[in-house]
Amino acid sequence: MKHRARITLIVLFCGLLLTPWLIRRLGEKGTVTDSSASALDRYGFVLTESAQEAGMEFIHEGPRLDPKLAHIMPEVASMGAAVSVTDFDADGLPDVYVTNSRMGSKNRMFRNRGNGTFEEVAERLGIAEVNQPATGVSMGSVWGDYDNDGFEDLFLYRWGQQDLFRNEGGMRFSRVENISLPAWANVNSAVWLDYDRDGRLDLFIAGYYSEAVNLWELTSTRMMPESFEYADNGGRKYLYRNLGDGEFEEVSEEVGISSRRWALATVAADLRGTGYPDLFVANDYGVSELFVNEGGRFREVGREAGVGFSPKSGMNATVGDVFNQGLFAIYESNISERGILLQGNNLWVPASAPEGGLPHYDNLAGSLGVELGGWSFGAQFGDLNNDGFLDLYLVNGFVSASPSESYWYDFSKVAGGHEIVISDAQNWPAMGERSLAGYQQKKLWLNDGAGRFLDVSQVVGAVDRYDGRAVAYGDFSGRGVVDVLVANQRGPLLFYRNEVHPDRHWIAFELEGGCSSESEGQCTNRSAVGAQVALSWDGQQQVQEVLGGSGFSAQNQLKLHFGLGSATEVDQVVVRWPSGETQTLRQPPVNRVYVIKEPV
Amino acid sequence: MAEVEATAQPGSASSPRRFRLDPRFLAPLLITTLLVAGQLSFGFLESWSRTLLAIATAMATELILVRSLFGRWPHLASAYVSGISIGILVRSLAFWPYALGSAISITSKYVLRVRNQHLWNPTNLGVVALLLLASDSVAGLSIQWGNNLLPMVVVWTLGTAILHRVNRLHVTLTYLVSFVILAALRSAVTGQPFLGEISPLTGPMYQLFMFFMITDPKTTVGTRRGRIAVTVLIAIVEAVFRHLRFVYAPFYALFLVGPIAKLVEIERAARRPSGHSAPAWTAVPPPRN
Repeated sequence: MKHRARITLIVLFCGLLLTPWLIRRLGEKGTVTDSSASALDRYGFVLTESAQEAGMEFIHEGPRLDPKLAHIMPEVASMGAAVSVTDFDADGLPDVYVTNSRMGSKNRMFRNRGNGTFEEVAERLGIAEVNQPATGVSMGSVWGDYDNDGFEDLFLYRWGQQDLFRNEGGMRFSRVENISLPAWANVNSAVWLDYDRDGRLDLFIAGYYSEAVNLWELTSTRMMPESFEYADNGGRKYLYRNLGDGEFEEVSEEVGISSRRWALATVAADLRGTGYPDLFVANDYGVSELFVNEGGRFREVGREAGVGFSPKSGMNATVGDVFNQGLFAIYESNISERGILLQGNNLWVPASAPEGGLPHYDNLAGSLGVELGGWSFGAQFGDLNNDGFLDLYLVNGFVSASPSESYWYDFSKVAGGHEIVISDAQNWPAMGERSLAGYQQKKLWLNDGAGRFLDVSQVVGAVDRYDGRAVAYGDFSGRGVVDVLVANQRGPLLFYRNEVHPDRHWIAFELEGGCSSESEGQCTNRSAVGAQVALSWDGQQQVQEVLGGSGFSAQNQLKLHFGLGSATEVDQVVVRWPSGETQTLRQPPVNRVYVIKEPV
Repeated sequence: MAEVEATAQPGSASSPRRFRLDPRFLAPLLITTLLVAGQLSFGFLESWSRTLLAIATAMATELILVRSLFGRWPHLASAYVSGISIGILVRSLAFWPYALGSAISITSKYVLRVRNQHLWNPTNLGVVALLLLASDSVAGLSIQWGNNLLPMVVVWTLGTAILHRVNRLHVTLTYLVSFVILAALRSAVTGQPFLGEISPLTGPMYQLFMFFMITDPKTTVGTRRGRIAVTVLIAIVEAVFRHLRFVYAPFYALFLVGPIAKLVEIERAARRPSGHSAPAWTAVPPPRN
């Protein structure tokens, strides 16, 4: 080789080695840390953590499971912090229900006083002391008016017994006895939906650990996933069909739902424009599942639809019309740890308008900038700055213990191993005080409406580093803004009060299913779960749906909130009720909430 | 991983009419079979397109470098194996690391040379370079061959067969035994579960490493005894990295030990008086690259 050629080759080789540094330098964008300009002026909103001031003081306590799991307790007992927004007393003000997970600990209901403060009323309502040896401990809650009496009822899912509590006129809750819910299951996700469109809310429940496992009295330590990516030994799924008169029947097998994947999050929404809600299930240790609803029967099409091929660690499921094109994208969170495990979160965007057919999804998380979120858990879409585009709030962080010691090495050693090793908790190295993806920076991705999301978390006030699990939205002061609640594992409930630039406008809709008579039994789906609102304004169109649970262990307010940017007029609002009936409002004035009842 | 080269088997060319597979195609065939089967069964690749990018870059780099430096057309089997190995071993959400890893791997063969021989296993060097220099965008292979034994049995059977044919099975067996002994030692010292310590052996990253990377004929030393000693040393250095809690300990151990061993051998061979018999493996005509 000639000397000159050799020099050229060496220069080329050095250039190749320098390429990552160069790419890093060129690509240092996507996260805003410069707070020199006012976030309110620049991004249109700021968040102020106000839980204590608002009277929502709550610290989640994690479960303590069988001593045989003591060496990996922080990892296996890593869930249970959940938050749901509901208006339990039907006073028009959203209230907050949070779960606790230590045996003997209490769940809390923070009733909205309407003056910016909340009072704790769970004990008075009979839904506080629900974490007992006989029942297991809470993992989350979803709220829906299953008996169509005008008051939202509570379904509390646990590692243990599952319970449906009937709301007695907003005064107290009584446990529904005549429902054959699973005697014992390890559930981490549930949603209300009216899958057969009969006007009565049905209930989908998704197990995580196998229901054969009692996490406090293990008969075997072989209860871990059989694979980090292909596990099929998780909990079963249940679909309870509401028969009316307070009775339910379990119909999952009958309608085509059969899965033993490790489900962590579910969202039910009409993804194909059929009027029937489809089910997207985000699974840990495996591929996601998409059950399309074909007139009341489900068919799993994840692989065909593109969402069920690459196995990851699904931990969140929520939908949003991110491009304002009348189609729902699905956001699913996974794990990303630089240099160790790069799964990336998924933003499943339908490639074309499905029109009743099978959608095909592409993962655009990378190109839109919402891919890397650490050990991601709950996320929700919502227009936080009222600019007319849905933003995305993501919480993360798995186990924050010692800031200087990491469990990643130990985790990776076992996670890639064979079933014989990984499925037995005894083979997992002791965690000690090590952190695993702890102290992570949250993500608040602002949708610029042009195909990019920008992380502004650090300049608008979302600066906590707790182990975030659930995110839920609500407009708690009726100001036309989206406030944010965050439930943290073994950490405090956070209440981020939102202040939006006064130049931004909005409109919101409270939907209520119709009643031919106010007497019980004459109303249909009064929570209006599954109803869609399509809003047209200023050349934009955005669709939102009332969801009976979304994100991870969370539920947003049922009221649908739309930001409008600087627009002061709305062209039209089309409400599509679960029954298929549509209602149109033309040019309603903005900056107000519309209460719309389904015409009967 | 392993560059393609095999010791000629006695009598293997005795029947010119019988179909005889060029040994340089053995590794590409095996690894392609694994890749296709794994992807169709379990979807273990980040994506087809990323792996194809790695392969195309490796082959293009080889083609351009050999043609421009030596004025001849190279045999591309070696570059193909390097590319496909980068495509399997590297995990990244971006595309560029696949191209970059392949380019670094192939270029290193022509830059990092002593006495006209390259020192590092090209894929090992490419993977380590990415893990160290681009850790914010790159991770190593951490997934499984499904959750049953069949794929593992297939890999071990095919790997054993091909290594036996190219006379490198003793390297893999030495590594296996060394790893298990050192794992037992780690378990005894740290109190961590023994099965947890040997768990990596049951995953694809290690299987690819011990079957196809440390056995690379071009970057292992010439004598059987020397190869066994170097392999034991790699396992020991890896155990040190493991003690220091490095996730990708085997890659780093090979990266350090492999070239040093090779360098020592090259220098010792150079100091021998001319006419001294060369190590057996150098008698095999190397690929002309």
